[in-house]
Amino acid sequence: MTTADAFETPDLMLALPEIWLLAMACLVLVVDLFSKDRDHTPAFWLTQFALVSTAVITINLQWGVDATTFSGTYVADDFGTILKVAALGLGFLGFAYSRDYMRDRGLLTGEFYMLSLFAMLGMLVTISAHNLLTLYLGVELMSLCFYALVAMDRDSPRASEAAMKYFVLGALASGMLLYGMSMLYGTTGSLDLATIREAAATLEDNRILFLFGLVFMVVGVAFKFGAVPFHMWVPDVYHGAPTPVTLMIATASKVAAVGLFLRLIGEGLEPLIADWQQMIVILAVLSLLVGNTVALVQTNIKRMLAYSTFNHMGFILMGLLAGAPGGYGAAVFYAVTYAMTVAAAFGVVLLLSQKNFEADQLTDFKGLNERSPLYAFIMLLLMISLTGIPGTVGFYAKWLVLKATVEAGFVWLAVLAVAGAVVGAFYYLRIVRLMYFDKPEGAGPQPSGSGGFRAVLTLNGLAVLALGIFPGALVAICMAAFAP
Amino acid sequence: MKTIYLLIVLFPLVGALIAGLLGSRIGREGAHWVTSLSVGISFALSLLVLIGLMAGWVQPFNGTVYTWMVSEGIRFEVGFLVDNLSAMMMTVVTFVSLMVHVYTIGYMSHDEENWPAGSLAGVNAYQRFFSYIALFTFAMLMLVMSNNFLQLFFAWEAVGLVSYLLIGFWFNRPTAVFANLKAFLVNRAGDFGLLLGIGAVLFYFGSLDYVEVFAAAEADPDRTMSIFGGAEWKVVTVAGILLFIGAMGKSAQAPLHVWLPDSMEGPTPISALIHAATMVTAGIFLVARMSPLYELSEVALSFILVIGAFTAFFMGLIGLVQNDIKRVVAYSTLSQLGYMVVALGVSAYAAGVFHLMTHAFFKALLFLGAGSVIIAMHHKQDMREMGGLKQYMPVTYWTMLLGTLALIGFPGFSGFFSKDAIIEAVHASDRAGAGFAYLMVLLGVFVTALYSFRLFFMVFHGEGRMDHHTREHLQESPRVVTVPLILLAVPSVLIGLFTIGPMVFGGFFDGAIFVHRANDVLAYLGQDYTGPFGFIAHGFVTPPLYLAAAGVATAWFLYIKRPDLPPVIQSRLRPLHAVLENKYGFDDLYIKGVAGGSRALGGFFSRVTDARLIDGLLVNGTARSIGWAAGVMRRLQTGYLYHYAFVMIIGLVVMLTWFVFGAR
Repeated sequence: MTTADAFETPDLMLALPEIWLLAMACLVLVVDLFSKDRDHTPAFWLTQFALVSTAVITINLQWGVDATTFSGTYVADDFGTILKVAALGLGFLGFAYSRDYMRDRGLLTGEFYMLSLFAMLGMLVTISAHNLLTLYLGVELMSLCFYALVAMDRDSPRASEAAMKYFVLGALASGMLLYGMSMLYGTTGSLDLATIREAAATLEDNRILFLFGLVFMVVGVAFKFGAVPFHMWVPDVYHGAPTPVTLMIATASKVAAVGLFLRLIGEGLEPLIADWQQMIVILAVLSLLVGNTVALVQTNIKRMLAYSTFNHMGFILMGLLAGAPGGYGAAVFYAVTYAMTVAAAFGVVLLLSQKNFEADQLTDFKGLNERSPLYAFIMLLLMISLTGIPGTVGFYAKWLVLKATVEAGFVWLAVLAVAGAVVGAFYYLRIVRLMYFDKPEGAGPQPSGSGGFRAVLTLNGLAVLALGIFPGALVAICMAAFAP
Repeated sequence: MKTIYLLIVLFPLVGALIAGLLGSRIGREGAHWVTSLSVGISFALSLLVLIGLMAGWVQPFNGTVYTWMVSEGIRFEVGFLVDNLSAMMMTVVTFVSLMVHVYTIGYMSHDEENWPAGSLAGVNAYQRFFSYIALFTFAMLMLVMSNNFLQLFFAWEAVGLVSYLLIGFWFNRPTAVFANLKAFLVNRAGDFGLLLGIGAVLFYFGSLDYVEVFAAAEADPDRTMSIFGGAEWKVVTVAGILLFIGAMGKSAQAPLHVWLPDSMEGPTPISALIHAATMVTAGIFLVARMSPLYELSEVALSFILVIGAFTAFFMGLIGLVQNDIKRVVAYSTLSQLGYMVVALGVSAYAAGVFHLMTHAFFKALLFLGAGSVIIAMHHKQDMREMGGLKQYMPVTYWTMLLGTLALIGFPGFSGFFSKDAIIEAVHASDRAGAGFAYLMVLLGVFVTALYSFRLFFMVFHGEGRMDHHTREHLQESPRVVTVPLILLAVPSVLIGLFTIGPMVFGGFFDGAIFVHRANDVLAYLGQDYTGPFGFIAHGFVTPPLYLAAAGVATAWFLYIKRPDLPPVIQSRLRPLHAVLENKYGFDDLYIKGVAGGSRALGGFFSRVTDARLIDGLLVNGTARSIGWAAGVMRRLQTGYLYHYAFVMIIGLVVMLTWFVFGAR
């Protein structure tokens, strides 16, 4: 714990991933400004390079380390490394999938790369924050970029409406988060998470104030997750935003949300577990119930994925609420693999979309097997993984979470979740049925996209299968990150 | 050596994969070359290993190749145990398999005629067939080379699967589909026993590895367990009987024998390879391999003895009334398997395995000979339409004669040594049930000779009873068919003479088969053993030879001298004939009783429980209510920003009230 009058030079090397990414983002800005390429090719490759190099730096500098810098406001540790690398990887997938789509719609501008990179930076900062202010800074950086990204398609009334809703509700949630933080600051007199943790462990009179703050912060965090009942923005935003942006919000930002939860509530307020566990249980139950039920009746695949997100968020919350290393590890594994799977699912949607055509209706998937057996098969893998059928990674994710939940004593919750997963099987397997057993209406959309896009998507899909057969290494990494 | 063992197993697998997956690319020629070559290489390597083991420059091998997983201290592995017993089995399996591969080239050359014209089912059927038999070779090798129960079970199921696929190879024929379903279901019953046996072994001995299990059983042979209430049983007895039930299914011992005669619906090469020479002997091999376990339980061995004796005699009897040439051979197989099981039951494992080997050669020969006849008869199998084929098919005739003589135990032929060794061993044994078994196997000799020569005379001698068209086209089969016959005839005649010394009375199986000194009937017989010719001389003073001769004479009298007599006898002994025709009613019991009952019960569950209760009330009811709820909840998503914000605020307020004010 350092104070202002004992200023020391921060260890910049430790925070190199964020610094590097920021530098790269600025470089992308400048290069794109002077590039005459209409497809923004230099920006694209620089962006991808930035993500990959940042991931490499993160692994080299932060895996196996447990240290703070910048006067204790920044922390580097194992699970942060996992989440960061996952977020960066998901960003990589997002850019790889979105290039053709954005170009076809005239949305492929330098701003897209800029804003996305800053959103990534926000996620990284959130994940590494060890101070309420850093945390809030990261969250807001990420959110503000996303608001703008959702509104990128200015001519689309739907996108503008979605951006408006997202912004207003997001501001509301941020306000609540900030309000909760102010309560903590008011009671403990510190913004540092370690100090807050100590104070929370020795609560006496301030308990009510603490709980008051806790509730507000849980609401703020739940909004980022899109957990019910703070979920109303999700379907509209998923549906209205350009699909690549939806992909980013659905994948990388969820990983960041896990980081936010683990830092703020899992670490900072760990002594209050008995209280927040109850709250998360309620959120998880509602998410499981509402998500599955409403997803059943959707006809738009983006909306369907949005509603089913609630269900998966319910699972992640179940892992988190166990409050034990096993549960955290399971939640991280779930978040990473779920995000990867959903990224590929959006990838398939993007693959089928063409100029002036969004392949986001369920009927667009009819008879896909006849048009493209490979991508029908990939979609099949993704759907059965999301359902949680053994052989794909989704099974292990669900299994780990359920195991942690049962060990934490919430058997009934595990039963509910499994029943929910059975309901979920309906709408996931419906897509499989449409692809394999139904005849297309008319010609149906053909897969488009460049070779690189197809290759990355194929690998992404097959990774779901490969991780389902050999999950050991990734499970071990996630569990090791939380090992006491 | 580990590499060689792996190659022996993997060559047929690769061959099967190439022929199966790339069948349409490589064509018929490619398919039969790639599979035959791969099995040929396996045979050569197996022979090398066997010779090496006998000469002493290869040591028995017991080791793990691949660890699948370790769970709570139990290792799930793929491993090989290669000693004299498994090396002998490997050589026999790959040799017969190779012969069958070559033979199949001729037998299946006009397979397209067996499929409905223009049907897609027949496309690449030829390649598929080769893929299956190579796959079978792989599975069977995995079975005999296994060093643990898990791999045993895998291979056990794998050979069962291939057997199922091949019995129903012509899956457009309802009879074939019925037969393979029957084989599958009956084997399920046996496999359930095997699985329970493996479970018992794992539970009580804490390992799946053969050697570890044997050591654990030996360390505490009198350990008991209680089943069905209070009765205490020795663990080795229970495990032994359960494992043997598995063996009964695969090796078609009564009462789980019903599938084997029906399996003749499959193409004849399959009957020779799977349903005579190799797969059905898996049960015999299993018990021999488990000899250290069985030696600890007199009860289990007595059980085995009685089952085998019953099968040996009564299944032979049914063979007397069959008219389908392949079915006669099939019932003969049942009966001979019974002999092998009897040998196991009196602790004469070596004699049982010895008979297994000789039988593999001469029974494969008989089946392939029968197949050759069937080719000539344009796929007609009824012996009543045959006769006088000797002049048309000399090679088939002579090789079949040699095979038949080997089967009935003509002195000096391989079957003589193995069968006499068994009969003598039963005679010498004092195990409970041995008296009954001795009677059964003696009478069995007479029956064997009778049905064998009945077949032989009806097919090759006497008046030709076929129609005019068939008679015109009668000719010897092509060389790919006759060469395997000749190659199989050689061991059928000679192998017993050269191998009885080491295999039955020598130390060939030392270290692989274990017999307690008190039980060792073969060692007792071996005291008088002076060599194969002394054994033949001894044969002339024991009853089996004369019983066999009487059987041949009876067959000659009934089917050559007085062919008018059999119908008369048949009408006089109508009740007995009916019992045999109905195969003692096992089929009716299973099909009408067990299968019919199950179907009735299933029908009840389907109509009442499933359709009304589960589907109607639970599934559709739930789906309807969830659909309704979804419709309602979906309306909450109004699209109005202030509604959304309102929901958030409500959520916040509820949580605040609950936790902050509820916490007081």
